[in-house]
Amino acid sequence: MTREAVLNSAVLMGLFIFPLWAWVVDEPFLITLATKTVILALAGVGLNIALGMGGLVSLGHAAFFGIGGYAMGVLASHAQSYDPILQSPILIEGTRSMPIIWLVAILTSGLAALAIGALSLRTSGVYFIMITLAFGQMLFFFAISWPAYGGEDGLSIYVRSEFPGLNTLDPIQFYAIAYVILAGVLLFAFRLRQSPFGLALNAARQSASRVMTVGMSPYRLQLVAFTLSGMITGLAGALFADLNRFVSPTMFSWQTSGEIMVFIIIGGVGRLFGPVIGAVLFVILEHVLGGISDYWLIYLGVLLLFIVLFARGGVIGTLVGRQASHD
Amino acid sequence: MVLRTMAFAATLIAATGGAYADEHDVVKVGMITTLSGGGAGLGIDVRDGFMLAIAQSGNTNIEVVIEDDQRKPDIAVQLADEMIQSEKVDILTGIIWSNLAMAVVPGAVAQGKFYISPNAGPSALAGRGCHPNYFNVAWQNDNLHEAAGAYANTAGYTNSFILAPNYPAGQDALTGYKRLYEGELAGELFTELGQTDYASEIAQIRASGADSVFFFLPGGMGISFLKQYADSGVDIPVVGPAFSFDQGILQAVGAAALGVANTSQWSKDIDNPTNAAFVASFQAEYGRLPSLYASQGFDAANLILSALERADVNDADAFRTALEAAEFDSTRGRFSFGPNHHPIQDFYVREVVQEGDIFTNRIVGTALENHGDVYAADCSF
Amino acid sequence: MSLILFIEQVLNGLQLGVMLFLMAAGLTLVFGVMGLINLAHGSLFMIGAFAAAAVAGSTGSFLLALMAALAAAAAAGALIEVLIIRRLYQRDHLDQVLATFALILIFSEGTRWVFGSFPLYLNIPTYLSGPVTLPGGIQYPLYRLTLIIIGLVIALGLHLLITRTRLGIQIRAGENDREMIAALGVDISKLYTIVFAIGAALAGLAGALIGAIQSVQVGMGEPVLILAFVVIVIGGIGSVKGALIGSILVGLTDTLGGLLLPALFRQFLDVSSAASIGSALASMLIYILMAAVLVVRPTGLFGAKA
Repeated sequence: MTREAVLNSAVLMGLFIFPLWAWVVDEPFLITLATKTVILALAGVGLNIALGMGGLVSLGHAAFFGIGGYAMGVLASHAQSYDPILQSPILIEGTRSMPIIWLVAILTSGLAALAIGALSLRTSGVYFIMITLAFGQMLFFFAISWPAYGGEDGLSIYVRSEFPGLNTLDPIQFYAIAYVILAGVLLFAFRLRQSPFGLALNAARQSASRVMTVGMSPYRLQLVAFTLSGMITGLAGALFADLNRFVSPTMFSWQTSGEIMVFIIIGGVGRLFGPVIGAVLFVILEHVLGGISDYWLIYLGVLLLFIVLFARGGVIGTLVGRQASHD
Repeated sequence: MVLRTMAFAATLIAATGGAYADEHDVVKVGMITTLSGGGAGLGIDVRDGFMLAIAQSGNTNIEVVIEDDQRKPDIAVQLADEMIQSEKVDILTGIIWSNLAMAVVPGAVAQGKFYISPNAGPSALAGRGCHPNYFNVAWQNDNLHEAAGAYANTAGYTNSFILAPNYPAGQDALTGYKRLYEGELAGELFTELGQTDYASEIAQIRASGADSVFFFLPGGMGISFLKQYADSGVDIPVVGPAFSFDQGILQAVGAAALGVANTSQWSKDIDNPTNAAFVASFQAEYGRLPSLYASQGFDAANLILSALERADVNDADAFRTALEAAEFDSTRGRFSFGPNHHPIQDFYVREVVQEGDIFTNRIVGTALENHGDVYAADCSF
Repeated sequence: MSLILFIEQVLNGLQLGVMLFLMAAGLTLVFGVMGLINLAHGSLFMIGAFAAAAVAGSTGSFLLALMAALAAAAAAGALIEVLIIRRLYQRDHLDQVLATFALILIFSEGTRWVFGSFPLYLNIPTYLSGPVTLPGGIQYPLYRLTLIIIGLVIALGLHLLITRTRLGIQIRAGENDREMIAALGVDISKLYTIVFAIGAALAGLAGALIGAIQSVQVGMGEPVLILAFVVIVIGGIGSVKGALIGSILVGLTDTLGGLLLPALFRQFLDVSSAASIGSALASMLIYILMAAVLVVRPTGLFGAKA
């Protein structure tokens, strides 16, 4: 086992044991906090497929996070009011079932990623950063000013969605759902990396022309990666909405995009567990620093700056040494 | 998780020789409010007003846990979870924004907690979504706009141009104004949320031939609008709710706001002893004039204190009855709760004046007396 | 809709455009010469506005306030260039985005720590306030007219600086071949600091000029920053000419869209829903414009390289 694999296993174990401990000592809020961490990590794992594997610096992933969130919000609010979403030509009812909500979230955010990606990937480099940012803003403004689903006020869902056989309102059971999904997606990302597609994508990141000479289209590879990435982030958005039982346009804001990216950087770009470690640290920092000072964002800024300037490769890079560089 | 806890209990129990009951009887109030980022000024005012009332009461059985929601709904929900699950608070309060209130309040009251709103009063919580444990001590969101509409009638305006940002509170504002306003509309505009340039809107106002302008543009939006309006040479009289003329932002608007009529349930010159004492002590304690948000925080704390004197918070029914009675001295004078636990109170017309270097408001009339809200009819507990 | 209203709106669009240009010019120069994407450009805008408000508050002079804005933003720009930004030129865009995102957090919360959470006061000087009558009977605020003129003068000045001066030659050379001008003996790190400070000063000036008609508060820079991004993506990154044309295009689209779209929807919807749907679409219009430009020209209107 490499040192990175040891670290990864430790993190996975930690995320397994900590909530159990919190459950034993009856601190339900710590479980809620751990659930938030796991869901944010999932969003980061999604972005990492575009960013770490594909080299696509998207500053607009909040768009998919928000779409996933609203997929949950819209479906659950219709189920809550017994008011069908669509009556003709076919009847579409709202639902409280998590698996269906997840499927809808993955499909809608995947479609959006396909559309945004198809346009944005015509550009590259700094253009790509700015155009993804702008698409995110466009959806943000749309969510704010479209009155049907609460506009800026957002949508409140009073009861968490249901999962067959589990009581999702119990913090530890909801945590288990989020944890299993994260583990599954991490496994998927691991396999993807080793697959022919992952290798080709990696090659396209390093040298587009070399990929073209063997007859593959970097554009298509990147579009597939961007779409997969958007789907996973969308799934995280749906879970996040269920965690808070609330969705609002804040999920679409560019600060959200920035934060998801921050997880990856703190943890380590291109590392499988980078976003997971980043999300853990971010949530801890938010609570510790936020408790010390109203101006905690200054400290977060200084810390980030320090990591970018001096601790390249993030926490994982610092702990296990540089082996998978991102440039 | 380090909580910034203001525990008056421990120190004072020592000082008074334990005259008050032991720790188990300490009532915990959780305050979730905006203390950082944009809009922090409002949360700080509510907190300062609230803590002033707690300090003045000398009641040592109250512990207030204060947390910053950063104006983010998801953070507010997590703080509410934390306060209910870990801190085991009895009462929640503090939220400034309607969207945050919609995210927190339904869940909190469903878990049996009391929520006392010191600011936001979304219509959903006043009507079909009302709850016996939810009390609003400030206003229902429409109230100040309705008062503006009523004032427009008495001022003889018959052709108003109205504008607000395109989001739910903005749409409610225009609905609220039109509810009591009897004249015609010269124009109706929705602006972008957070918009900073109003040249285009002002040009349309100029071209519309209106005899009055009603606007609801809270925070920085109102500052921008007023400055640009004053500079445009358009001299159609303006009326708006107090949010754009509150003590916290008047200094930033400056002379551009002088003489503008605005509607409010509170003003620093409301003539009653509670208010006079509040204004003086707030100024002495914090070195600035109180805003309407500070007065709402102060009243919220006094409401809670008055109910605690009459009932045990663990006896929910008795405590609710004590809150309903609203037997406290409000800075607003006359104050009572309607059937949906929202205020029935007077609304004043104020005018922006300059006192020395300070811009502030003084009352010039009453817009509505003993006014409740229309959503009460939809509310049944 | 009267012609006068339309002309007034065109002027408003122009005014928004030239102010966006002040922001976009710095961004595009810094990218063109140093290859750096700077998210903290909005913070420099905010610093200019706060410096102006502080100086205007203590001296009462608007001109002094503008100078203070220029000086403070240029100084802040030079400082972060020397301390931080300089280390980022050789990094990939991801590191640049992250480091400058961190700078936004530091600047925003730092400003709030120093100046408090309430907006500051900065107003138009009396000699520039009030409306003037233009030919055709149009009443237009003198201050906004001044903004248009200042913006166009600066655009011209920047053009002359780049085409006619020694510094301009170095800047153009730097855009084409960084290694070569270093080899020719130009002090490249000094050149970078100067370019960054010029960009920062322009952003600070824009902040002060805009702050006088809007509100001076923490977070005022980021919405402008995102608009400026849209501008330089449309105009082509690195091109000052593209930034000017992009700015005016965005300014006009935004202003006229906000006027015309609700009017269009009023033809077949009631007033309230027309206003609400019209303005929802109008707020998305510039992003749609951007997407359309990129479909036709992926490197923007005047962009040379991606």
